Amino acid sequence: MSDSNLPLLIPFTFLLAALFVPLAGSVRRWASQPLAVAAALFSLGCSVAGMARVFASGTFRHYLAGWQPPIGIEFVFDPLAAFFLVMITGVGCLVLIYSGPIAVEEILGKRIGFYSLAMLLLAGLTGMVVTGDLFNLYVFLEISALASYALIAVGDQRAPYSAFRYLALGTVGASLYLMGLAFLFMSTGTLNMAEMAAILPYVNQQPQVVVGIVLILLGAGLKMALFPMHAWLPDAYTNASSPATALIAPIGTKVAVYLMIRVLIISGFPAIITIISWVAAVGIIAGSILAIGQSNLKRMLAYSSVANIGYIVLGVSLANPLAFIGAVLHILNHALMKAVLFMSAGGIFSKLGTLDIFKLRGLPKKMPFTTAAFLIAVFSMVGIPPTGGFFSKIYLIFGAIEASAWVFVAAILISTVLNFFYFFRVIEFSFFKPYAKTEDPAQEQKSETLKMDEMSMSMLLSTLILAAAIVAVGVYNGEIVDNFIAGAVPGF
Amino acid sequence: MTAFEFAEGYSAYLLLVVLFAIGLYGMMMKQNLIKKIMGMSIVQSSVILFFIVSAYKDDATVSVIDYARGVTNPDLYLNPLPHTLMLTAIVVAVVTLGVSFALVIMIYKRFKTLHEPTLRELMK
Repeated sequence: MSDSNLPLLIPFTFLLAALFVPLAGSVRRWASQPLAVAAALFSLGCSVAGMARVFASGTFRHYLAGWQPPIGIEFVFDPLAAFFLVMITGVGCLVLIYSGPIAVEEILGKRIGFYSLAMLLLAGLTGMVVTGDLFNLYVFLEISALASYALIAVGDQRAPYSAFRYLALGTVGASLYLMGLAFLFMSTGTLNMAEMAAILPYVNQQPQVVVGIVLILLGAGLKMALFPMHAWLPDAYTNASSPATALIAPIGTKVAVYLMIRVLIISGFPAIITIISWVAAVGIIAGSILAIGQSNLKRMLAYSSVANIGYIVLGVSLANPLAFIGAVLHILNHALMKAVLFMSAGGIFSKLGTLDIFKLRGLPKKMPFTTAAFLIAVFSMVGIPPTGGFFSKIYLIFGAIEASAWVFVAAILISTVLNFFYFFRVIEFSFFKPYAKTEDPAQEQKSETLKMDEMSMSMLLSTLILAAAIVAVGVYNGEIVDNFIAGAVPGF
Repeated sequence: MTAFEFAEGYSAYLLLVVLFAIGLYGMMMKQNLIKKIMGMSIVQSSVILFFIVSAYKDDATVSVIDYARGVTNPDLYLNPLPHTLMLTAIVVAVVTLGVSFALVIMIYKRFKTLHEPTLRELMK
């Protein structure tokens, strides 16, 4: 087991950048974005290098200040962490590139703060993934949460109130996690994940351990907006500015799922997973139905996030290798899809001035490339073959069949139909709905001859790269599963 | 163990669970945002105290070796870890309070009220 600075370097780069971005921004206003992108690129490089090393020579660790666990805090770079790190830094980097022009447009005076907070958010998220200590994880959880409250508070008139609700529920989630951790700490006397995993099998019948795990899972559920605890999410995503949503929506809630996966692996998949599966299955259906009722594009996407968190949690809680692979693959897919969808929604809002899905007529003519990216993401959401979404759903369905859980198979299939319904409504209104009839023929003429008016180059390029990645994940899903995910599957 | 013995033995924990519930009640049922923040603070404090109580031992002292007390019996010394952990948790709680007050100030500047039903009415 070799020592290396790589695991520490990734969150540390972001923390350092969070300090230097305002400094650079106060000297030259434009300098904040390139610096943030550079930090994200450097961390992406570190993550890829670490991933190569994990698959070449196995898990490696870094002991903070040289203190070995159980006394010191360790940072662990294992296959699952490597997968999440590359995903977070990759998507984060592209969203930061995308955010340049739209940040000027929407949050001009607050750009420097935005990039500083974005760095803090990424520091928290990557820190949560690499840390091997449960209390350290809480600290990183709160760093990322506090940064995202502030990011969400910058937006339209209603944003501060949505952010306040997110803050209230997020704090309860973190408190529940900490309370659960207190119970586990009292029974095992350790905070180190590996050591706790070794001790828990001897004490997992004790009531306080069961209570602790339930509290931790509740806290994680609140943070990831699992169905009955999703109240904060739609408002927060709808009212925040476009760059903030594009950054938080794809990766923010996924890391809470990572927390849940870690805790379930540590505790050896206790019996409560049956309840979680049912909650997740209800969430899949409920999220999809709620999404149908929305007329605001961003709000619809937010509810679809609730449904997709349901897929992921269902896959994890079915506790068999196929479903687990499906869940992890769906985390990657959903991060890519949601990034593309929210990024194109931001572009649509800036060019068309509306997010009402009934007023999107003429979108394909005005923004053909954005629409193409949007379509690819929609196909993947619904699960149409060459895109990634199809394969993760297939794994999930096979996993549910292997567990003989026919109700869950039905839930996934029904939700696919519902997905089809609410996403193709957008396509129908933007492609096929006749233009509004007006008395004035000149007005009608104008809508027939819409000029192309695309998003700016950097926004379009990063959106298209992510859209291409969706197809690539679909085409190379076998290689991704064999090389990157199979090593992360725990023994069931 | 009878119910009474249980309540006596775990009185501190039971009190803290009640405190946690009071905080949650405040967050859910109170309609003023400042009162919600108070509830949030109570929830956080109860968790912090929970850790502190878990490290309590009768007749024990700080974990600095004291030859007058003897160094072989671990029962004479407290586990310092929960206290240090809670220092960090207090910092987190303070920062959360700061952010929530900043948000409340922003909300008040825009809507001139902190009464939640009125806010919802105004935001329709």
